[in-house]
Amino acid sequence: MRRRRRHALPGFGLTLGLCLAYLALIVLIPLAALALKSATIGPAEFWKTVTAPRALASYRVTFGCSAIAGAINLVLGPLLAWVLVRYRFPGRKLIDALVDLPFALPTAVAGITLTALYASRGWLGRWIEAYGYKIAYTPAGITIALTFVSLPFLVRSVQPVLEQLEPDIEEAAATLGAGRLTTLWRVILPTLWPAILTGFALAFARAVGEYGSVIFIAGNMPMVSEIAPLLIVAKLDGFDYAGATAIAVVLLFASFVALFAINLLQLWTVKRRSAEAR
Amino acid sequence: MRSRLFFASLILALAAATAHADTTLLNVSYDPTRELYKDFNAAFAADWKKQTGETVTINQSHGGSGKQSRGVIDGLEADVVTLALAYDIDALNQHGGLVPADWQKRLPDNSAPYTSTIVFLVRKGNPKAIKDWDDLVKPGTAVITPNPKTSGGARWNYLAAWGYAAKKYGGDAAAKDFVSKLFKNVPVLDSGARGATTTFVERGQGDVLLAWENEALLALGEGGGKDQFEIVLPSVSILAEPPVSVVDKVVDKRGTRKVAEAYLRYLYSPQGQEIAAKDGYRPRDQAVAAKYASKFPKLPLFTVDDTFGGWQKAQTTHFADGGTFDQIYVPGK
Repeated sequence: MRRRRRHALPGFGLTLGLCLAYLALIVLIPLAALALKSATIGPAEFWKTVTAPRALASYRVTFGCSAIAGAINLVLGPLLAWVLVRYRFPGRKLIDALVDLPFALPTAVAGITLTALYASRGWLGRWIEAYGYKIAYTPAGITIALTFVSLPFLVRSVQPVLEQLEPDIEEAAATLGAGRLTTLWRVILPTLWPAILTGFALAFARAVGEYGSVIFIAGNMPMVSEIAPLLIVAKLDGFDYAGATAIAVVLLFASFVALFAINLLQLWTVKRRSAEAR
Repeated sequence: MRSRLFFASLILALAAATAHADTTLLNVSYDPTRELYKDFNAAFAADWKKQTGETVTINQSHGGSGKQSRGVIDGLEADVVTLALAYDIDALNQHGGLVPADWQKRLPDNSAPYTSTIVFLVRKGNPKAIKDWDDLVKPGTAVITPNPKTSGGARWNYLAAWGYAAKKYGGDAAAKDFVSKLFKNVPVLDSGARGATTTFVERGQGDVLLAWENEALLALGEGGGKDQFEIVLPSVSILAEPPVSVVDKVVDKRGTRKVAEAYLRYLYSPQGQEIAAKDGYRPRDQAVAAKYASKFPKLPLFTVDDTFGGWQKAQTTHFADGGTFDQIYVPGK
């Protein structure tokens, strides 16, 4: 009796085929339609649309605020994950559940709530404005909204890695004479780094596309606090479908490049670490 | 065999149900007409039942005027559209020929059964003493208006200010300067009229809100803002004509032309006009207008057709990419 060697899981061909078909249906076909629509205006018009001063200003706002929001979460997200994984305290489960709330909440609700808080009459806004600062209706407000919606990405990508990281390693480092900072810097951070990068990339990409929560708090002033997704909506409302998709293609391309670059960086850090380990 | 019979009977039952189903109409409208059409639909359904014995159910959809128009272009099966400005119904003709080019000539008064205008809503006691358009460009006055790119109502605001300045200071260059100064005083540009009202009323931003008269009346009445706000009528404003039309391609496909046309004509009837007036829209009917004269004080109004040469021209000059509105914000032009 002949026996074929079998993988434990169903065949590679079948799963790959399913994956590709699924990806095509859900991701590639809509994206192709988007690119095609934007191509209907011709390269010269396309270039003029995507490099108009208002469009350039809106990219600065969108990418700038997204990067700052990502950076804030880059520090505070892992810290939050650390506290949730390493310490046991009353209310830990509750905080753990709270982290996912920005995922679950409709973004418009988040936007309206944040605006109510930070506007000059709001609970927080009135104190902040007493010191001469304004948050609602400025890029600072946009950054806060984006920080809110992108927080779960960093916490949730770092948390499982931290859970796998045994405290023994830290203890071993300590017995070998490493100080606390050295342990953190040389032992823990290198292990977490790929997960942190992934979380940052996801958070950034999410923030770039965010519309609902930002629109209420942004103030939407052209050249100052107008985000690129709003520019797309404005173009659609003027029945300029091709112009809207042109801006969308730029956003898409930028997000793709950012995600790809971070994937490469991640690959490189993992390789370097395994080389060091050898 | 049994299951096949079951399915056959199911299909028959479904077919019978659709054949006997009552007529439904979908009215795709813009943001602030919620209250108006809630009242009007009930009145029309009762009247139609009395006239023909048929039951008609009218479904409503509300949103930004441009967005709603785009929805219909993209396949939302609206039997009638009741939008904020003629440009958004023109778009139904240009993209897909859903209505004929001369749709606006089919009903009286430019197909606008009710009108409105742009007024100022200020805080109680009018602390900044805002009386007229000139007060809006003074330094230190914060004006709330939505973005004309995304809001039909905001386009009326913009053109009202432009028309005032063009008349008073003579010419488009002066008007552009005036409107630029006005928008320098705008701290927040919301994407829709309701959003701007919220920013002014709930968030306490700004000294004056440029608003549809019906929105301002609503904020004072149902909004319960009588002790917080008051309406200021400028010396001159724009005659806002929110037009209505049957969507020919849809009613011909669904066989609802007769009831859809009756629905729109009912807007012009004394009953329809009365409902419009009650909900804050200026009626066309002279008798109804006389009855509500104290609610809608007379003020000189200019039209888009007279002052701007129609919506197509106004749109290209002011609100298209690179138009006067963009020039206000983009430096070096």
